[in-house]
Amino acid sequence: MSWSLLFFLLVGAVSLAAAFGVVTSRQPVHSALFLLTNFATLAVLYITLDAQFLAAAQVIVYAGGIVILILFVIMLIGGETNDFSAAQRAWSRTVGIALGVILLLVISYSALSRTMAPSEETAALLQGGSPKAVGLELFSKYVLPFELIALLLLVALIGALVLGRQQEGAGEGIPSVKANE
Amino acid sequence: MVETSYYLILAAIIFSIGATGVLLRRNALIIFMCIEMMLNSVNLTLIALARQWGNLEGQIFVFMIMAVAAAEVAVGLAILIANVRHRQSINIDEINLLRW
Repeated sequence: MSWSLLFFLLVGAVSLAAAFGVVTSRQPVHSALFLLTNFATLAVLYITLDAQFLAAAQVIVYAGGIVILILFVIMLIGGETNDFSAAQRAWSRTVGIALGVILLLVISYSALSRTMAPSEETAALLQGGSPKAVGLELFSKYVLPFELIALLLLVALIGALVLGRQQEGAGEGIPSVKANE
Repeated sequence: MVETSYYLILAAIIFSIGATGVLLRRNALIIFMCIEMMLNSVNLTLIALARQWGNLEGQIFVFMIMAVAAAEVAVGLAILIANVRHRQSINIDEINLLRW
């Protein structure tokens, strides 16, 4: 077993454990921290896949932006619900897990049904996914989608502002979620 | 060099865990995090295949997906906060009105 494979297995195991933690945690804050772990391990995997620029973007955008935003909202509204009991039917958990397993089998089959040749020579062709290579591609061939993304982010910013705005004379602040519903 | 299929399997497992979480949980915030996790597993697939075929376009795709995910999180959390203002709940079973 080579060192790179061993490293992949270690990081992948941490990533999977964190993914399980996101789904099974009872407290949303714990889920968010597990999600952060998952994103960080994926950034490490991106580096092993010669995508250094995207690994940095992953850490900045997901770990630094999205998880912090989710944590802010959890702290703002206190997102605890006891959602493991109450309104759920008895069989819903069994059915959910069964559907997940079926999905996993279908995806794995479709991914592995054609054997992939290892790609020793194409890796050199990729120039390592460095910021320079990605930037050259982004600002020459894909400059229009890039500008559209900027527009999308602006629209999302305005939309979030409008949706999250306090209504005129609509009481005080943001109420927190009732526990035990 | 680790084989591409290993990365694909890992991404498939993470995607399935995320999809199962969407089915099982009733807390809208956790469903949100599961969706983010699924988006990330697809990113892993795209980057693995970009290396497989020696083509940077997969990485460009991932860059675009990251921007869309950021926009989605901003708008989605704003909708969630607006809902909490009106209903005092983030249980997904109780979010069933288009307007109020």
